[in-house]
Amino acid sequence: MSAPLSIHPEHVASYLDDEGPRKGILGWITSTDHKRIGLLYLYSTVTFFAVGALIGVVMRLVQLAPFHHLVSAQTYNALFTFHGVLMIFLFVIPGLPPVFGNFMLPLMIGARDVAFPRLNLYSWYFFMAGAIIALLSLVTGGGPADTGWTFYVPFSLKTGTNVTMAVFGAFILGFSSMLTGINFITTIHRMRAPGMTWLRMPLFPWALYATGWIQVLATPILAITLVLVMLERIVGIGIFDPAKGGDPLLYQHLFWIYSHPAVYIMIIPAMGAITEILPTFARRTIFGYKAIAFSSMAIAAVGSLVWAHHMFTSGMSPFANMLFSLLTMVVAVPSAIKVFNWTATLYKGSINFQPPLLYALTFIFLFSIGGLTGVMQGALAVNVHVHDTYFIVGHFHYVMFGGTGFGFFAALLYWFPKMFGRMYSKRAAYIAWFPMFIGFNMLYFSMLVLGLQGMPRRYYNHLPMFDTGHLVATVGSWILVLGLIIFFANLVVAWIRGAKAGPNPWGGVTLEWTTASPPPVENFAVIPTITEAAYTFHPENGA
Amino acid sequence: MSEAGTIHAEEHHDYFGAKLGMWLFLLTEVLLFSGLFIAYSYMRARYPVDFHHAGGELNAVIGVANTFILLTSSLTMALAIVAIQRGERGRSLLCLGITMFLGLVFLVDKAIEWTAEFRHGNYPGAHHLAGQPPGEQVFFGLYFTMTGLHGVHVIGGLLVLAIMTVLVARGQIDRDRFILLENTGLYWHLVDVIWIFLLPLFYLAA
Repeated sequence: MSAPLSIHPEHVASYLDDEGPRKGILGWITSTDHKRIGLLYLYSTVTFFAVGALIGVVMRLVQLAPFHHLVSAQTYNALFTFHGVLMIFLFVIPGLPPVFGNFMLPLMIGARDVAFPRLNLYSWYFFMAGAIIALLSLVTGGGPADTGWTFYVPFSLKTGTNVTMAVFGAFILGFSSMLTGINFITTIHRMRAPGMTWLRMPLFPWALYATGWIQVLATPILAITLVLVMLERIVGIGIFDPAKGGDPLLYQHLFWIYSHPAVYIMIIPAMGAITEILPTFARRTIFGYKAIAFSSMAIAAVGSLVWAHHMFTSGMSPFANMLFSLLTMVVAVPSAIKVFNWTATLYKGSINFQPPLLYALTFIFLFSIGGLTGVMQGALAVNVHVHDTYFIVGHFHYVMFGGTGFGFFAALLYWFPKMFGRMYSKRAAYIAWFPMFIGFNMLYFSMLVLGLQGMPRRYYNHLPMFDTGHLVATVGSWILVLGLIIFFANLVVAWIRGAKAGPNPWGGVTLEWTTASPPPVENFAVIPTITEAAYTFHPENGA
Repeated sequence: MSEAGTIHAEEHHDYFGAKLGMWLFLLTEVLLFSGLFIAYSYMRARYPVDFHHAGGELNAVIGVANTFILLTSSLTMALAIVAIQRGERGRSLLCLGITMFLGLVFLVDKAIEWTAEFRHGNYPGAHHLAGQPPGEQVFFGLYFTMTGLHGVHVIGGLLVLAIMTVLVARGQIDRDRFILLENTGLYWHLVDVIWIFLLPLFYLAA
């Protein structure tokens, strides 16, 4: 995209080797280098993901006849609560922006770091502090929270479990997310390389920009809602308590004003990563650059106005129900625009089939199922039928795991050689895909079917009529986990002794591929000047 | 100022970027309170009469006095920034001192008020309040939450002001590098603005 840079990787220490003033582990947890912070987030979020997945497997086991009494009903409640809190607050929300956003954003816009490097490190401290508090809530007070990750009142006010501390952990995690958003917005406004106009900026930064605004605008509402739950539990202020004149429905509104936009915090960065992967492996520019950039912003804007579609059965007025149903249909439009643009990008491209592309295509397939089942629930009549059933659980996992999860895996495969300078076994990456894809669909498609048949979510046990569906889902969970183990084992092996990857193994044309792998501490020897749109391929030069 | 100093400052400090980041942070603060304002509006629409009665039990004189105190502290805060921009360190320190003093007076007033409400039994969990109509219970729940959260912000602001005073005294904030003090000023004004909304909503609700 710009003139070749004079980079001499062999003369410049990479961010992995250069230890700075402090050595060893201290050199990592006190480093303000965006690349090191990105890896700190990577290691922590993947660890939490592994724990969350393990809890998921246990929950699936409980639904299988011989294991009905593996855990008590109370423990089951605690398990799905903690599974949700872990996966949402500790993996999916801090998945792409803090890991790949931190690592790639400055590289992709030609900057040496983010706007506030120290704040960036503090964000990780907030993240770890919130995680530790959430973990402590399991073993202190009345034991692990049993409310579900939504902490709905009045039950969350009445239960004797340690909801207060779990909520406090989520409150602290919110700070981490919010500060990262502030950091990225400022970075994108102020630190783009000379010549990189807004419409020359790659689309992953655009996605991070849209995400940053949601983080800034929505997270404070969650913060105050959680503060109110804590105050309600500690001193009984009465705002959510009907006995004191309060209203539980107010809690649901405040909670979803954050938590619905939060699903776009989770999905937009994954969409951005997919948008980077497709042009690189189709060897042609992205189709509809502006449509993709602005649809991210449109999702962020419209997505902030649809929260009450979680509450169609909670007793709102019919007019409110219709309004939120309409808005929910509208928010599907910009997502569909992206799907069409991705597909059109592949059309007449010279496809270079590699593992990241396979995972990116899987993202499009699974996300489409998740998105379409989402539109189904936006329709009021269907919603009443499927509300609080496994259909919701299936839909949510198609979007969040099939979407954000596979987007995370695709991004990891795409940028792994850049981050660590080593290449993994492509064959193992393909092999891992089969069990992941098959297991995933066995597990979550069964849930969609079970939900339509009437299986309620969060139930400890089920009627015999649901046996087959649960059996397929549970076996699917084993196959899925097998795939995940192969996937991550492959990366760990590559991390230890993978072949050297070189600066640009995929032939990408965005800025991060112009510097060494792994990048030097300062990212670029000379800050590049941008003269072309992003994703400009030059087949005549072999690029 | 020396030329070398200027270049150095430009290299490591993006004045506009620092300000943008601060405004974004202030936006999150506004939104934090907005959740409570939503709750307030909803509850007031639901219990207009109870809110009217409960508002009458607050001491409007102290409320208005506190408004003047905070507004004056915003003035001295702004003067402290102007002084440092002109390189008048002594005057800046004096203004910062007055700002912190007024902030403390505000908190003392607040403490007097809260003590009075506690004595009247108008606090969540009190036997007296539990016997009042639901709207009054919610009113005092909101009153303590919102003025309490505001008070926490005043305390936070005072701590930051204390740090800024040290930095000014040490010369780490001077006429060339005053963005930290300017951002602190922005924060202090925001705390002030939020109070200006709290005053009519609670003290003048009667």
